[in-house]
Amino acid sequence: MARKHEQSLFTADLIAPAIGDALRKLHPRDLVRNPVMFTTATVALLLTVLLVAGHDSLAVGFKLQLVVWLWLTVLFGTFAEALAEGRGKAQAASLRAAKAKLTAKRLMGEGAAWEAVAAATLRQGDLVLVQTGDLIPADGEVIAGVASVNEAAITGESAPVIREAGGDRSAVTAGTRVISDEIAVRVTAHPGQGFLDRMIALVEGAERHKTPNEIALTLLLTGLTIIFLIAVATIPGFARYANGSIPVAILAALLITLIPTTIAALLSAIGIAGMDRLVRFNVLAKSGRAVEAAGDIDVLLLDKTGTITVGDRQASEFRPVSGVSPDELAEAALVASLADETPEGRSIVVLAREAFGQTARALPEGAQVIPFTAQTRISGVRVGARVIQKGAVQAILKANPQASETAAATELARVTEEIGRAGGTPLAVAVDGRLLGAIFLKDIVKAGIRERFGELRAMGIRTVMITGDNPLTAAAIAAEAGVDDFLAEATPEDKLALIRKEQQGGRLVAMCGDGTNDAPALAQADVGVAMNTGTQAAREAGNMVDLDSDPTKLIEVVGLGKQLLMTRGALTTFSVANDVAKYFAIIPAMFVALYPGLGVLDVMRLASPESAILSAIVFNALIIPCLVPLALRGVACKPMAAGPLLARNLTIYGLGGLLAPFAGIKLIDLAVSGLGLA
Amino acid sequence: MTTQGWLFIATFLGLVLAITKPMGIWLHALYQGRRTPLHRVLGGVERGFYALCGIDPDQDQSWRCYAVHMLVFNLALALLTYLVLRLQGVLPINRLAYPGMAADGAFNTAVSFTTNTNWQWYSGEATLSNFTQMFALTLQNFLSAATGIALAFACFRGFARRSATGIGNFWADLTRVTLYLLLPVCVVYALYLIASGVPQTLAASVQVVTLEGAHQTLALGPVASQEAIKMLGTNGGGFFNANSAHPFENPSALTDLVQMLSIFAIGAGLTWCFGKAVGNTRQGWAILAAMLTIFLAGVAIVYWQEAAGNPLLHQLGVSGGNMEGKEVRFGIVGSALFSVITTAASCGAVNAMHDSFTALGGLVAMFNIQLGEVVIGGVGAGIYGFLLFALLAVFVAGLMVGRTPEYVGKKIEAREVKLAVLAIAVLPLVILCGTALASVLPEGLAGPLNKGPHGFSEILYGFSSAVGNNGSAFAGLSSGTPFYNGLFAVAMWLGRYFVIIPMLAIAGSLAAKRYTPATSGSFPTTGPLWVGLLIGIVLIVGGLTFLPGLALGPIADHLAMVRGQLF
Repeated sequence: MARKHEQSLFTADLIAPAIGDALRKLHPRDLVRNPVMFTTATVALLLTVLLVAGHDSLAVGFKLQLVVWLWLTVLFGTFAEALAEGRGKAQAASLRAAKAKLTAKRLMGEGAAWEAVAAATLRQGDLVLVQTGDLIPADGEVIAGVASVNEAAITGESAPVIREAGGDRSAVTAGTRVISDEIAVRVTAHPGQGFLDRMIALVEGAERHKTPNEIALTLLLTGLTIIFLIAVATIPGFARYANGSIPVAILAALLITLIPTTIAALLSAIGIAGMDRLVRFNVLAKSGRAVEAAGDIDVLLLDKTGTITVGDRQASEFRPVSGVSPDELAEAALVASLADETPEGRSIVVLAREAFGQTARALPEGAQVIPFTAQTRISGVRVGARVIQKGAVQAILKANPQASETAAATELARVTEEIGRAGGTPLAVAVDGRLLGAIFLKDIVKAGIRERFGELRAMGIRTVMITGDNPLTAAAIAAEAGVDDFLAEATPEDKLALIRKEQQGGRLVAMCGDGTNDAPALAQADVGVAMNTGTQAAREAGNMVDLDSDPTKLIEVVGLGKQLLMTRGALTTFSVANDVAKYFAIIPAMFVALYPGLGVLDVMRLASPESAILSAIVFNALIIPCLVPLALRGVACKPMAAGPLLARNLTIYGLGGLLAPFAGIKLIDLAVSGLGLA
Repeated sequence: MTTQGWLFIATFLGLVLAITKPMGIWLHALYQGRRTPLHRVLGGVERGFYALCGIDPDQDQSWRCYAVHMLVFNLALALLTYLVLRLQGVLPINRLAYPGMAADGAFNTAVSFTTNTNWQWYSGEATLSNFTQMFALTLQNFLSAATGIALAFACFRGFARRSATGIGNFWADLTRVTLYLLLPVCVVYALYLIASGVPQTLAASVQVVTLEGAHQTLALGPVASQEAIKMLGTNGGGFFNANSAHPFENPSALTDLVQMLSIFAIGAGLTWCFGKAVGNTRQGWAILAAMLTIFLAGVAIVYWQEAAGNPLLHQLGVSGGNMEGKEVRFGIVGSALFSVITTAASCGAVNAMHDSFTALGGLVAMFNIQLGEVVIGGVGAGIYGFLLFALLAVFVAGLMVGRTPEYVGKKIEAREVKLAVLAIAVLPLVILCGTALASVLPEGLAGPLNKGPHGFSEILYGFSSAVGNNGSAFAGLSSGTPFYNGLFAVAMWLGRYFVIIPMLAIAGSLAAKRYTPATSGSFPTTGPLWVGLLIGIVLIVGGLTFLPGLALGPIADHLAMVRGQLF
């Protein structure tokens, strides 16, 4: 994972504003969104009032300490959230500054006349002119011209990209700079709803809605709070039976330690940090729901080219037909490719030189290049009377009908099939209408990709390779790359049908795409990652946009989704498991006056009842900041099957959560009693 | 503790495991509405019922419809029972001319038997006519048990069905369970009991002359027929006040073993049936493993405590374990095992008095009930109660595998969590509030016979037993007062239906969901790890809330004993 804006978690410039925000978040309007923390704040307020007005047997100093720690518990929670938001805010501020400076050259009717207007006044459908050096004022689609655009402001990548009218590279984003040529752009975004606006809202957390799983978890935490509220509220009645009474402050302390404050305090920070990790990874998710869905993905649809194989095929072999020497074929292929600047063409030249010692460096005098066209699908060279052609086998046969009946054609068909079976693409070569043989163009599977798929399989995720290749070739590459399945000769409709089929089986599907014809599939997939270089339609259809336009990142996106869910689960389990130790600290302290025998339940041998209660409350408060780094960074996400993963996490966070507070409370108790605080 | 004692416990466990699958297979056939060999004999009766009542057994009901039909049926039954109890004086087969019950008592008893609780504030042989025993109580024993099993079936369908709107037909489930399971087994069971010496007669009593020449009246009645369903349907309401400690209810060591086994039979079978219903019997075995682990731990504690006895009595030269309140015929291990079974399973039948157990022995019985009787549990109620905990366990820990929580292929989302928490919260809410109320009001404080923490245990046990629909009494609580009769009746009602309604809503919501096939990335809900997690969640979420109460009751009681004070 290459993270571009690596930043430390706890720098002074993040912590200072977070403290201010933490205090602001004490407003009841904000607190009420988190029922557990709202309960804590209410109890803290109640004790604050009782501190002044109430009368009981407890020392004022002790009660004062309880009140302070209760307020700190609330504050630690708001601080965690503020800190998580803070990182996004800094980024949002710079984006907003960039946006404020934008001006536009709005085209007025036909012709080149334009007026300068503020970018904020642009409407959907307006046409603007963007010239060399200008910033693109709004999201839109190129309708005329070609330009190279530096998108570093959005992607952090300084190499310019080409944007042109028509095709799959027509979308431009506000805030990026045209560095050569000029283009006319039709604005596609309403004011305030552009990509930049969305990104600002996203990194700032302003648009943050609770995700479905967060809502469910909040319900559980609220339920537990109610259950423990009942458990604590009935204790005075029980104590009355034993002819005793329990001070309100002690009951309050028990309640706050039992309700799941730890996870409640960190819940929204975990969510914000999860989104933030994605942003840092240069992927924008349009909703938290999409990030959660990423964790649940069962099937990954991956495009072959660029994801599984390096983008370009390489010539790896010359396969002459009978009666043709390899050298003869190599020579012809070399000459035909000298003028071919595509990576494939260059790889033919390299192979011919290195493997066959061909030396020709430039085209002979008077040679005439036959350019590749989409109609003929053939390129080549004419040297005097000699015509060398290379191209798809079918195209070569079509261009040379007299050759298609020969024995060479039959043999070429066999060679073609062999190459296809081996995962390659054949390129036929003909000289003066005579078939010489085929060039074996091989797809190069990316290094390490096989292992990645193995990891995904261990995590229960099936990978499906999508390719336009024929089934034979696809099968060979699929076997080499280690994908679980493949879809050959895939059309956009096939893709969509495959996604629907998987979804009907109850599986969640992720895919990435860039073209307009990918849009329906992107919209249908549970997680659709659109490439930033793609068309506006694709970017609208997906629920995530990858700014780096790197389809391989789909795999990491799934990992980030899982990490978010795991962090949430780990801290919930930890928080719930903590309760056991807290009971053992407070129950004996609370009841020892009623039945002295209950002192034996104090397994931690705490210094005094007051110290026990204070230590439990202090532990309960301090555990929150201690876990903030974990909440913000996320728990380690190892690629393994669910069984061992659960065993690992359950040991660390379940068993750890059971045992850690025993040690923590004891240590705090030693400090509290040592300092004479209680 | 003796080797024989442990062998007895091991034998019992072995028998439970042996009957789980056969019982599960039979239950699964009924769950699916499949034809069984008994259909040849009873199929006509079933169809006759449907025709008579205008029921289409194949008509699927939504969870709301299912719930309403079940509720109306149960309300009608409660009303019928209430009327029989009130009008007992004018109804037939009342040879001892017992009068009708007072309003508060009848209300309590009607609710008690409808909710499968069988809390008995009265003494059966001295209050009820044989007509009442047969037509009010035995009938209710069958129908409340059948209701519980029907509800479990509805719950299973929620997990098993995919994108469905219905969760089965209440009337079909009820009829099939009664006709093909409860009635046939009980006929054989009752005949066995009669053969073992349990009375089955319409005579109310018999005069005997004892060896000393004294005249004694022994109460009789249709005991065997009521005894069979009382155990099999985890009802627990005895014909006699002494319940299964009475030689006419439980005459021999063998009947004792059979009774214990019959308490667990359907509950254990339902775990297998659940696994089969969701397409993986290992799911069912995992649940049973978690249940039996908690059960065994309970048995070990009770047996250990009861065998150890009271150190204060040892100092006085009385050696041996705690035999107070126990039948010598069953002894320490027989009583200890029975007490854990009956409280784990929401049965409430007793063969020894729990009040006389050691403090920690009594604690286990109480704690079993407070967990929600999900260890095997009441017929039907145990498994659906346990599944609520399973949902929470999946929800809390399931995220740790990096997927949103799912259980047997169903996503667990906000709605299910909300309803599960609601259902689970009912128990602590009613038990703790009721106990707190009784602990401060003079009417409540008049109940317990003992002072100190032991008296508190009696109140806490009473409310736990009522809300948990167990029905066993700690004894020592004089609960036949309007205060306790009324409060317990409300508690029993809340404890039954306020768990059922959210549970059915969950079933409805799950049934509508699509199925997510399991992969190696799915949360594993079989195997030791899951079993351990389930136990942890049951103990922490289900048990921790009761710790303050238990500390002030049995734990304080025990610690006082250690320090030389008894209550």
